[in-house]
Amino acid sequence: MTQVKTTINRRSFIKASALAGGGLMLSFSWLAGCKPKDEALLTVPEEWFEFNSYIKIGNNGVVTLMSPNPEFGSNVKTSMPMILADELDVDWKNVIVQQADFYPERYDRQFTGGSQGIRQGWKPLRTAGATARQMLIDASAKQWNVPAKEITTEAGMLHHKSSGKKAGYGEMASLAATLPIPAEVAVKDVGDFKIIGTSRKNVEGKNIVTGKPLFGIDHKVEGMLIAMIVHPPFGMMIKSLDASSVKSMPGIKDAFTIKTLTEDYERNGFDTTSFLELGVIVGNTTWEVMNAKKALKVKFELMPEYSMTMQQFGRGKVTAIMPKGLESTEGHRTEMAKASKRKGDILRKDGNPEAAFKNAAKVLERTYSAPHLAHNTMEPANCFANVTADKAEIYGPIQAPGFITDTLAARLGLPKEKIHIRLARMGGGFGVRAYGHHLVEAAVISQQVKAPVKLIYTREDDMTYGIYRPAYTATYRAALDKDNNLIAFHVKGGGIPEHPIHANRFPAGAVDNYLAEGWAIPSNITIGAFRAPRSNFNAAAEQSFLDELAELVGKDPIDFRLELLERAKNNPVGKDNDYDPDRYAGVLKLVKEKSNWSQTPANVSRGVAAYFCHNTYVAEVVDLKLAGNNPVIENVIAAVDCGIVVNPDAAKNMGEGGIIDGIGNALFGELTFKDGVPDKNNFHQYKMIRQKESPKKIEVHFVKNEEDPTGLGEPLFPPVFAAVANALYQATGKRYYDQPFAKHVEMSPSRM
Amino acid sequence: MAAINLNINGKKQVLDIDPKTPVLWVLRDHLNLVGTKFGCGVAQCGACTIHVNGNAVRSCILPVSQIENKEVITIEGLSEDGDHPVQKAWLEHDVAQCGYCQTGQIMTAAALLKSNPSPSDEDIENTMNGNICRCATYLRIKAAIKTAANS
Repeated sequence: MTQVKTTINRRSFIKASALAGGGLMLSFSWLAGCKPKDEALLTVPEEWFEFNSYIKIGNNGVVTLMSPNPEFGSNVKTSMPMILADELDVDWKNVIVQQADFYPERYDRQFTGGSQGIRQGWKPLRTAGATARQMLIDASAKQWNVPAKEITTEAGMLHHKSSGKKAGYGEMASLAATLPIPAEVAVKDVGDFKIIGTSRKNVEGKNIVTGKPLFGIDHKVEGMLIAMIVHPPFGMMIKSLDASSVKSMPGIKDAFTIKTLTEDYERNGFDTTSFLELGVIVGNTTWEVMNAKKALKVKFELMPEYSMTMQQFGRGKVTAIMPKGLESTEGHRTEMAKASKRKGDILRKDGNPEAAFKNAAKVLERTYSAPHLAHNTMEPANCFANVTADKAEIYGPIQAPGFITDTLAARLGLPKEKIHIRLARMGGGFGVRAYGHHLVEAAVISQQVKAPVKLIYTREDDMTYGIYRPAYTATYRAALDKDNNLIAFHVKGGGIPEHPIHANRFPAGAVDNYLAEGWAIPSNITIGAFRAPRSNFNAAAEQSFLDELAELVGKDPIDFRLELLERAKNNPVGKDNDYDPDRYAGVLKLVKEKSNWSQTPANVSRGVAAYFCHNTYVAEVVDLKLAGNNPVIENVIAAVDCGIVVNPDAAKNMGEGGIIDGIGNALFGELTFKDGVPDKNNFHQYKMIRQKESPKKIEVHFVKNEEDPTGLGEPLFPPVFAAVANALYQATGKRYYDQPFAKHVEMSPSRM
Repeated sequence: MAAINLNINGKKQVLDIDPKTPVLWVLRDHLNLVGTKFGCGVAQCGACTIHVNGNAVRSCILPVSQIENKEVITIEGLSEDGDHPVQKAWLEHDVAQCGYCQTGQIMTAAALLKSNPSPSDEDIENTMNGNICRCATYLRIKAAIKTAANS
């Protein structure tokens, strides 16, 4: 047992009843319908007793746990309550999980992104669970008149051994909930976990497979109207919108334009709005509005350059320029090639890289590139809003509700506390749903038409709206001495409109002379976080380069990396190296063992890559073969160090998804532009990985340790790009530098 | 507008509606059956899959006039209480991540098993290739179909 201070999550101990307006009003009418029949039937208690923001215990021992973070498929709605339940020491089958609304007064961090949910939730959730448990013990001690420290708990029961006294949590809850919150409580030792580390099924599983209305797009209230948007190409704005072109169509109420932000609004990093003004059509049903959208007469004109003030993470207030003009991928490529030849901003420098390159016996230089990518969540952007004179009710898919409330307040002219955001299950997020523009749009439309509104993007709107993964390029150079020792390493990377470089990551720290440079080209095509931002390119480029470098020096690619990591551990170069060499080496050693690395299976070609991002270490081996020029992935073996694995089977699921998503984007992912218009706007053009291209098998192995847990939503995604490229090289004799790879795959004549 | 005779999940009703309205929006907007999902609107992703006379069909491009007097089953009508072998297998394999595409996947899989009770890997891959899962739960989908086939 470790003692922790309960002040760690002070907010969570403010009870709903103590908050202005009475706080949460919970309805449990859904209770009977939400649990599978074959599980022990939970009965509705007569009374609930609230312990803190997360935990309510019914007089019959049923426990409600609030899941604070929005759910987009990483299974936090199951795994975060598992942490609470374990420290509370209850039986998981007596637990009901409920999605919390966005409620910053009660929860510290309701943000799903950056693979941080479990990592940053770990201590607050454990503390909240352990505190409620302690309060139940204290209540029993009082009632039984015995010392609290002699009372033990197990599966929702309290025991006092020597007197033989016993009670369920439900019996003690009414007294316990009135007791003072202890200043310090004991949390379990890792070995004592009963729920953490055991596989528990998705609490929403039954609702998903039976098609229950879980998503924002499924929401409906009486009198609700449907709204859709029309947006210009990038670099253009609306010149005119002729409402009369659609107003007489069946079911259409109105058509108009809306400003998406107030003029002087100082944006935060998640306020990305691709278009300052949108066309809007409002009507009774989706099909009617879709028809009107096709018929709407709207004219666009060129947008002048404009600048905006933004508060950016870690950078403070910055002024960003949106250049004018209609951009094309061809132009982007020319600009990037030019910029690659110029000096970039120096991001890190160790030793004397210039001299080392000058004196090198051999230099390897390779340039890598990757295109813009669209997120393509299966659920298109949508949001329900009901804005009245004095309040706004919002329900929709949003990863970062806390970053959009100021925007909503400013744009609607309502105080923040009058804006209530409920968190819909998201039909995918992958970063794009951290940007809440659709919430603002729905709210502004509702305010204007004075009715509840559900805004729905068509797939074409969703794919052409922007907030893409940027296009990147990077040139890697390595200097070798006459004995093939790596004496200098140089990376210069850039992109549209940001550079991807993480200057303090491996192999920084492992090479005496090191230089990282970055550059960026402004663009009016908006970009945003995409599953493992920047890492998703860096891993692909750097880990392909290291593979080629290992080959050049005649070393096994895993051993080559291990030697560099050994150097970084024993005699690190520079400071702020952003990785633990032991844990990094650990996943490489594990993947070596699990893949039986020295024995490539018959008829496949093999590639390896490793990466550390979002606090988790991953190494992956890809086994593939070619059917004609089509890569067939036979097996992927991953080794992962994310510390304690909270929900192992769900963790594997996340890993499998990240790997397949990575393979899909590496082979096929690409969005190009012509004159400000994306060349693809739906799935007949945008190739997503499907069942046939998926690997035949994936193994996800976890390093066993007692480190605090870190996340899994992103870390398995980046390295597989390089593992695929490296395996393709083994299969075809050709290196793959430019994503997506599939169109470049061909057998070299010598290998036919 | 036209009066269309519908038979959806065993329930017969007449709906006065534009006959060109895609079945997807009839289900979602008019009948409150929202388990059938909108993904692409052009029959490319499979999220809107339903059964018409037992065949898996994309409802997003199917005009409601085409289902007049035909037997339509949506995810809500696939089983009484989520106990269709495919749904049970989906839970056993804990397939879903975000879950959005899964009702379409399940409807495609259920139709496959009806016509081909013991599909090979290739049969599964070919049939399921029309259903995109952005979370990429493809391996679990395949495994769940095999489990359902064996049950």
